[in-house]
Amino acid sequence: MSFTPLIEVKNLQKIYKDGGVGTAALRGLSFGIESGEFVSIMGPSGSGKSTLLHIIGFLDRQTGGDYLFENRSIDGYSDEELARVRNKKMGFVFQTFNILPRLTVLENVKLPLLYSDTKESLWDEKAKQAVEAVGLGHRMNHESSKLSGGEKQRVAIARALVNDPQVIFADEPTGNLDSKSGQTVTSILQRLNSDEKRTIILVTHETAVAEHAERIIRIVDGKIESDQPVENK
Amino acid sequence: MILKHIFKTAVGGLSTHKSRSLLTILGIVIGVAAIMIVMSLGKGAQDLILSQIQSIGSKTIAIVPGRQPKGPADIISTFTDSLKERDIVLLKRKENVPYLAEIMPIVFGTEVAAYGNETYRPTIIGVTPFFAEIYNIYPAEGENFTDDDVKSYSQVAVIGSKVKTELFGDENAVGKKVKIKGRNFRVIGVLPEKGQLSFLNFNDIVIMPYTTAQSYVFGIKYFNRLVAQADSEANVPQTAADIKATLRNSHNITDPSKDDFFVETQAQALETVGNITNVIKLFLAAVAAISLIVGGIGIMNIMLVSVTERTKEIGLRKALGATNKDILSQFLLEAVILTGLGGIIGIIFGTAISFGASFVLTKFLNLAWLFAFPLSAAFLGIGVSAAVGLLFGTYPAYRASQFSPTEALRYE
Repeated sequence: MSFTPLIEVKNLQKIYKDGGVGTAALRGLSFGIESGEFVSIMGPSGSGKSTLLHIIGFLDRQTGGDYLFENRSIDGYSDEELARVRNKKMGFVFQTFNILPRLTVLENVKLPLLYSDTKESLWDEKAKQAVEAVGLGHRMNHESSKLSGGEKQRVAIARALVNDPQVIFADEPTGNLDSKSGQTVTSILQRLNSDEKRTIILVTHETAVAEHAERIIRIVDGKIESDQPVENK
Repeated sequence: MILKHIFKTAVGGLSTHKSRSLLTILGIVIGVAAIMIVMSLGKGAQDLILSQIQSIGSKTIAIVPGRQPKGPADIISTFTDSLKERDIVLLKRKENVPYLAEIMPIVFGTEVAAYGNETYRPTIIGVTPFFAEIYNIYPAEGENFTDDDVKSYSQVAVIGSKVKTELFGDENAVGKKVKIKGRNFRVIGVLPEKGQLSFLNFNDIVIMPYTTAQSYVFGIKYFNRLVAQADSEANVPQTAADIKATLRNSHNITDPSKDDFFVETQAQALETVGNITNVIKLFLAAVAAISLIVGGIGIMNIMLVSVTERTKEIGLRKALGATNKDILSQFLLEAVILTGLGGIIGIIFGTAISFGASFVLTKFLNLAWLFAFPLSAAFLGIGVSAAVGLLFGTYPAYRASQFSPTEALRYE
């Protein structure tokens, strides 16, 4: 593990301006996440945890403070570079799955490869590997709209994995799932962390889910309330 | 992102809404089809008219009374009485027009012709026997009138095939008498079926000596036009100039801009007609092109709907690493594929309709109409419709590319 953290935020702020009135979503957060960590970000709805995830996931920019990814400030990236980093080094899993229903499982998983510089001849192999990794090998050519919620989320994880990212961001990945499917999803995430040493950042409001991580950052009203390792791990 | 995949993605996006995509391109289809039809039929009509003018013979020179028409209003002024018998006498003199081979006056008008209880309104044409040679039409039954008939004001007529059927039915017409303007004219010949030739339907005419037509039918002393022939094609320009000079002299005209007649050679007629038909064709094509713009607006409208509908997809693609450029290309290509497809379908439809129309024209109207596939219009159609896609697809595609990934993902 290196001494410079993979993700480092310093006094991070985000103010949404809507019709001249500013709403502060993040009010000065500072923390670091090392490569290979599994961190849960917890907090009630409206606490700013999703906003935080979007910023550290390069989907949005902060309005104050600084965010360094691999020791380089986000301010130094152009939008196109952000897209490239998202594609190569980050994987996303969303609460609402965001699977394109008209595509097959394999096609959905291939989506990030479309925007990558990976050779086309490797696409099939990579996508198949990722689908196998989430245990959906038998569903490879299924139309995605016909899958169950849990399966869709596993497709989403496979899609997040396909470009072999350093860090996976999961935004309430179990929020729309029954508890059994939810468990499958969290255990896949856990395995990705423990077996493949991938950094996982999980946003959730469920304590049971959050406790799969090694560390929990609790956020209330845009500020860090606590930042503690999970006990009994 | 490789073009091939942008293309695949765009096609995928469109094929989710097949019927909507098809309805969207209807405007483009109609626009391009209309252009194709106008160009194809326009070309066919132009070729037909030009070939008919050519068939009259390249040595032919027309002399028309009145001022040369420069616009629709001038057409009326062509019905003047400036050309008279005296002009023919002067033009026939070798010292005036040395290369003149033949000159024929024409008078014409529509009159009621009757036989027994049957009546019909044919076009009465007063000419000389030279008419048959110049239009290559000789009686199928009976015979033509002669120069002697012209000199002696003979009340004889050669009738067109339709006039014969209308008045005589299955009866033999030759030797019978038709009544025109209260006078009897002996039918001496019946023309074969020939059909439309430039402005004249040969099935629908009654030909007689011009002297007879002038005195007994129309009661005029002037000619509606003169048709002259030079002895060779090379001498046509000189002959035309000589005719002009002779007529100016005869009419006491010194200023050519005050001419009360105009002389038109076949080359000029071809050029004039070619110009007129080109202008008409372009004008009609321009009208048809308006529907392309309307179609383009339809495309823009649907693309905007589609972009809004797929806000979430756009957000997802961005999250997965799509750049603004990738999104822009995807939606722009969708629009261009739509319009390009519309263009191709339009070309197919337009060609089919033009082909059908030319078939009907040849088969049922007896025209020597040739189907023409306007290749230039086809390329123009595809090019313009793709350009319409680019033009009207840019705004929706740009909008799509500017979505922020977080807001797009949050969109419900």
